[in-house]
Amino acid sequence: MIFDKLINYLHYPFVRYAIIVAVLIALCSSLLGVTLVLKRFSYIGDGLSHVAFGAMSVATVMKLTNNMLLILPVTILAAVLLLRKGNNAKIKGDAAIAMISVGALAFGYLIMNVFSASSNLSGDVCSTLFGATSILTLKPREVVLCIVLSVLVVAIFIIFYNKIFAVTFDEDFSKASGVNANAYNLLIAVVIAVIIVLAMNLVGSLLISALVIFPALSAMRIFKNFKQVTIFSAIISVICALLGLIISILAETPIGSTIVAVDVVLFLICMLIGKLVGQR
Amino acid sequence: MALLKAENLSLGYDNQSIVTNLSFEVNIGDYLCIVGENGSGKTTLMKTILGLQKPYSGSIVFGDGLTKKDIGYLPQQTLVQRDFPAAVREIVISGCQAKCGMRPFYNKAEKELAAQNMEKMGITHLKDRCYRELSGGQQQRVLLARALCATGKILLLDEPVAGLDPKVTAEMYSLIEGLNKEGISIIMISHDVSVALKYASHILHIGDTLFFGTKDEYLESNSGRNFLGEGV
Repeated sequence: MIFDKLINYLHYPFVRYAIIVAVLIALCSSLLGVTLVLKRFSYIGDGLSHVAFGAMSVATVMKLTNNMLLILPVTILAAVLLLRKGNNAKIKGDAAIAMISVGALAFGYLIMNVFSASSNLSGDVCSTLFGATSILTLKPREVVLCIVLSVLVVAIFIIFYNKIFAVTFDEDFSKASGVNANAYNLLIAVVIAVIIVLAMNLVGSLLISALVIFPALSAMRIFKNFKQVTIFSAIISVICALLGLIISILAETPIGSTIVAVDVVLFLICMLIGKLVGQR
Repeated sequence: MALLKAENLSLGYDNQSIVTNLSFEVNIGDYLCIVGENGSGKTTLMKTILGLQKPYSGSIVFGDGLTKKDIGYLPQQTLVQRDFPAAVREIVISGCQAKCGMRPFYNKAEKELAAQNMEKMGITHLKDRCYRELSGGQQQRVLLARALCATGKILLLDEPVAGLDPKVTAEMYSLIEGLNKEGISIIMISHDVSVALKYASHILHIGDTLFFGTKDEYLESNSGRNFLGEGV
């Protein structure tokens, strides 16, 4: 019965698009999660997503046909600034992130409120913040863009995997032995920004952090080496996204929050398993 | 030509210089201990040698074919590492990263080098264990093996025995002594002068008075006598 309903839904192209995009986004967002959690940058995802929200409001008001063209560069710029400032600024990393994050959020909402011609303002804002239905209204062009960016992110991650590991584990050592750690930090920042912008479609800007950090944290409960943690968090993330999407379609719940809820449940399960295995 | 030569260095942080007019050199096979009170600038000096920060004035010149890629560094542990899920072998081989350049993956020679250094540090049996579950002494051996992957010439150690118990401390020092006898130059920060006097060939004392010279010269000097008067 449920299965029939699901098969029925799969006949619609927009459901298939949603599944493709959800899987890709979940995969990408989980890859850098481990690095971000370990570098104590969990909140960068949050900060950047608010910047992306601000940029999106501007794009909406300007009635840009492809708002990615504005959101992507702005978010990348913010990521670069945050990661560069993080190291030796007068305002410490977390305060800088908080400032930029709430600042962008406030301005985004303000701009939308003042200039928007939409009759359903709170609905618009709600759907950018929580994702709502945007993933079900994807056009083929957006799906292609998402596929291209995801392939790029995964390729970069694999190519630079060893370097990302070295720089995450010990930045000073890497720098001292002649590795260009700053360049890799920059690369990490840009990739995060791309992931955030991609993930906005799926879960909305308020919930992106969850997509980035939960799979990593879950995997860290159970696995003990970097490669296993990375691979497992990618798997967890994809499974949660699929499961969340299917549940939300069948039960007609909001997609973004359902996916995150599944992530949270899986984290609790992993924590329990970690405890049990640890006691043995 | 010395391996490393520092001339008229001024160091500090937040625009306050804490050490001025510092000159010293390290030759192949030397074992230099940097001693001095807390806050005298030992770690700042180390960071300057490593190129992590710039001196206010003066210069550090590498010689004898030493380049930045030949430096092995044993840092004090950071917070990040305390819950980092990484296997010992992953950490040790990350010392080869500078050798990789733009190549994405480690080659056979580098994997071999990592295996040799794990053997040398006696941690081969731990290679699949998780770093954060090891004891303090084992963790230091892992980081030392990683530093050896980066260098065959010079090792910089920042308080390598901090937080270790006496037995493990002694083991650590004899490991380092062994490496020095193999021809690797050592620069070590220590606040334990008796250790410096036991193992080092040269002493650099920083603080109110600066001293650089061999161990015997240090024993004769004023700063040495003053510091030993308090310390031992």
